[in-house]
Amino acid sequence: MTPYIEINELTKDYGHFRAVDRLSLRVLPGDIYGFLGPNGSGKSTTIRMILSLISPTSGEIKLFGEQLTAKRYQILNRVGALVEKSDFYNYLTARKNLQILGKLSAVPDLNRRVDEVLDQVGLLSRAESRVRTFSQGMKQRLGIAQTILHKPELIILDEPTNGLDPQGQKEIRELVKSLNQDFGITILISSHILYEIEQIANRMIIINKGKSLVEGSVFDLVTGQEQQVSFVVDNPDTLRQAIRETQWADKLQKSTPDRVWFKVTKDEIPDLSGFLFGRGIRIFAIEPVRSLEEFFLQLTENEATH
Amino acid sequence: MKQLISIELYKIFTKPRTYIGFGAIFIIVLAIQVGIYIKGDEMLQMIITTLSDRFIFEGKLINMYGVSYIILNTLWIHVPILVALVTGDLLAGEANAGTYRILLTRPISRTKLVISKFIAGLIYSLLLVILMIALSMGVGWLLFGPGDMLVMTTKVSIISSDDILWRFAGAYAYGMLCMTTVAGLSFFLSSFSDNSIGPIIGTIALIIGITIISTVGASLLEPVLPYFFTTYLTYWQEFFETEFTFKQIGLAVMVQVIYITIFSLITLFYFKKKDILT
Repeated sequence: MTPYIEINELTKDYGHFRAVDRLSLRVLPGDIYGFLGPNGSGKSTTIRMILSLISPTSGEIKLFGEQLTAKRYQILNRVGALVEKSDFYNYLTARKNLQILGKLSAVPDLNRRVDEVLDQVGLLSRAESRVRTFSQGMKQRLGIAQTILHKPELIILDEPTNGLDPQGQKEIRELVKSLNQDFGITILISSHILYEIEQIANRMIIINKGKSLVEGSVFDLVTGQEQQVSFVVDNPDTLRQAIRETQWADKLQKSTPDRVWFKVTKDEIPDLSGFLFGRGIRIFAIEPVRSLEEFFLQLTENEATH
Repeated sequence: MKQLISIELYKIFTKPRTYIGFGAIFIIVLAIQVGIYIKGDEMLQMIITTLSDRFIFEGKLINMYGVSYIILNTLWIHVPILVALVTGDLLAGEANAGTYRILLTRPISRTKLVISKFIAGLIYSLLLVILMIALSMGVGWLLFGPGDMLVMTTKVSIISSDDILWRFAGAYAYGMLCMTTVAGLSFFLSSFSDNSIGPIIGTIALIIGITIISTVGASLLEPVLPYFFTTYLTYWQEFFETEFTFKQIGLAVMVQVIYITIFSLITLFYFKKKDILT
């Protein structure tokens, strides 16, 4: 199967600073591929190189099995991209912005298609509003509308939930999932939030300081790892009594008057909640709270021990 | 390419700043014409008093040609500023707004984008000059009508009304060429900047600065002055010499064309290689 994105040994130097360091990755057709790393780890630089916005110092980039430099026009017609925050011609309406971009991609029956995509992202009623009147969340949705305008097979989204409130983040995640599941679009999505990638991606790569730390299926990478999970319960004291001298005692991290934290694997969560339920402890919520930093630490610890 | 040019023109003409230029020319030209219409005779009397003992002046000396000549003299420094206001924003404005990210991820070549932007900027610049011509000549004809033209530079010349239109056509055509050079300069500066203020101020500062230095320190700069395009910005006046020769204007045209070519090629080469970081 020809990868939709294939990059090999990609490197970008800014003077003496190496932003991306011999990075390789493959995005396969049908993937929602998570591109994870802390701020400043080289995600945006990599994405800009994939889209030919900046030129690599060395390495190879192939989209749909072809060199981008050789067949730029044909390749970019099959790709939609939202790089960092959504910026538009603020003095123009949402419709006019999309019409301009649609003309550049030679979208057939443009007016109908603009209405379609605005409807898809829930902005049809604001089609005639100038973009300067839009909230950040609306701009991001318009950003996604412009990525799907020309019916691409591959979409590249660079931190699309940045600057959005939790509701806005959820909406974008659902939109991304629907584009993949309902329209079969392959998606590369970058983020610095592990939880976000866990929610939507099937495969992912984690990078730090421009280098790849790990690449693989999200299930394999995340499920086997221990993570911190918080349980909102009615009585933490009773809970502490209940788990004394059981396997769960060592896994208890800390507690507050209404919440306790355990360090467990994803597979252990049902067992632990079942155990607590059996001891008559009422659980109001279970929330994974592992941060990307913590995951990095685990990865680097694992690397050191192997 | 046609599609790209029309998109760029649409962007230019939906920006409010574009109309500052047209508004300014409209106001300045009309103000000059109304001023001359009201106080013109008085002004003319003052000018010709010193000459009246040697010449007999007959006919309508305040006419559309004379007034248009005064307007050209007044506006040759204003129009470049108004040109830079828009052309300096063409590339830097996209960088500043972050819109390169949605533009250059579309299937268009950077070369075509730069060329179409420059052509659109040029069309705007030429429209400014055309507005100036239309107002000077059109309103001038309504207010003053035609007549022989009195030209006073280092000498006094009278140009007959039937020998004058080609001179204005030449002067305006050369003016358009000069504005193309100014557009080329601000466009060139615009490609290096991520903010439009730099290229706009830079263009104005270069034109006004070099012009002032050339005037004040002319003897000091004499060896290099022939190489500055600003030196030739006033060469449209050659068309109003009674003994017009192509030699001077030919040299001026050549210098302007060389500068336009240099600015365009560097802009194109630089922009094709430029990393889009905004």
